[in-house]
Amino acid sequence: MAGSSKIKITPPRWLLAELTYACPLQCPYCANPLDYQRHSKELSTEDWKRVLTQARKMGAVQLGLSGGEPLVRKDLEEIVQHARALGYYTNLITSAYGMDEARIIALKEAGLDHIQVSIQASSRELSDYLAGTKSFEHKKQVARWVKKQGYPMVLCVVIHRENIDEMPQILAMAEELDADYLELANTQYYGWAHANRDLLLPTQAQFTKAEKIAQAFKEKVEGKMKIYYVVPDFYEDRPKACMNGWGTTFLTIAPDGVALPCHSARELPELNCPNVNEFSIEEIWHHSKAFNFFRGDQWMQEPCRSCDEKEKDFGGCRCQAYLLQGDMYAADPVCSKSPQHHLIQEAIDSAAKHDNTQNEQPLIFRNSKNSRLY
Amino acid sequence: MAINKILPLKFSPMHRLQWEEAQQKEVILYPEGMVELNQPSAEILKLCDGIRVLGDIVETLEAKFATTGLEKDIVNFLEDALKNGWIQQN
Ligand code: SF4
Ligand code: SF4
Repeated sequence: MAGSSKIKITPPRWLLAELTYACPLQCPYCANPLDYQRHSKELSTEDWKRVLTQARKMGAVQLGLSGGEPLVRKDLEEIVQHARALGYYTNLITSAYGMDEARIIALKEAGLDHIQVSIQASSRELSDYLAGTKSFEHKKQVARWVKKQGYPMVLCVVIHRENIDEMPQILAMAEELDADYLELANTQYYGWAHANRDLLLPTQAQFTKAEKIAQAFKEKVEGKMKIYYVVPDFYEDRPKACMNGWGTTFLTIAPDGVALPCHSARELPELNCPNVNEFSIEEIWHHSKAFNFFRGDQWMQEPCRSCDEKEKDFGGCRCQAYLLQGDMYAADPVCSKSPQHHLIQEAIDSAAKHDNTQNEQPLIFRNSKNSRLY
Repeated sequence: MAINKILPLKFSPMHRLQWEEAQQKEVILYPEGMVELNQPSAEILKLCDGIRVLGDIVETLEAKFATTGLEKDIVNFLEDALKNGWIQQN
């Protein structure tokens, strides 16, 4: 495919290290693959250190430690220490489940730069329901400890139909916890969220109302709290510039060592994503089939190929094109120029027909039992 | 946001200022973000040590580059830096 030697390859800047797929929670919007149970083999501490060293040498500087739940890894402190020594800015992305103050202190000593705590909703009842586990009060406690230990505290709330009407309460919670950053992440429909889309996708009216409230809040807290607002692309008419361009900036390493140009790329056919057990990061980034696959624009079809916006959004998300229309070369159907754009409206209509309160079709929670079905 | 001339300027402990070999640039790192700095901006921020006030910084840089009249540019940059949370005064 593409991989044309004329394309200038920029170095990776962001490394997302998914340390494990294990997680005690069961969020029905989890971005992990549905069949994560099949990929339960994990890299060793030494493997991770080698990966970190190699990527840093190439220019990676932001490091996300996520999962699953990264706290499950006993060697987390050791990995953080190695990362800090290399000069990474290290972000821990956690559900806070299983965290205690001693570990927050130990991670600080190891050199961790910041902690992102995710909370599912603003009420105990809904948050615990979505997490599939009693965890709400503890998450809030962890958020307070994170502040107390002097980290920048990022509060992350994934937004979907079940909690979108709580936007004012979610913002109040962020204020109460004195978050330095608030990430309001409208659900992106991959992995488990894709499977649960009919029950998670909010209506346009819900979304518009919530966005307005969040926007007003952003102005109110300017200079005190930064808001990262992740838009739900189903209500846009241009796709997101996915990953800032394929193989330009982002590198994800899955728990089993598979290197991915985006964290959903595992779902794409033919890519043969390489494993860090077999290749160096340098080889993977520059020479692997997967990372060269959608570099540049040679792979594009119409309407993207001759579109004057292709430098802006790179044709949108490959995984979304594949998930929604079975063609990973197509324009992202979110784009109003896509001949398949109607699929988005159909998804919205289909979701609108599903009434969560009726419980006719329950949410599929992310757990090992359900994962084995895929 | 205006710079107070009497209060010391301090680089925010919530951010990190660091030389990036791969980019041959100073950068500011913070949760999920990075800003690349040009040489003069980096020089100014490195002097925000929690002790120096505006006048000290201007004086130091004017001496270092054997020039005068830097105050306006420095103030402009520091106002932006304050708004972005890179520096603090209090
Ligand atoms: S989204 Fe929920 S289930 Fe998935 S890894 Fe994060 S905390 Fe665990
Ligand atoms: S046609 Fe393709 S390149 Fe043009 S705006 Fe739509 S997705 Fe982007």
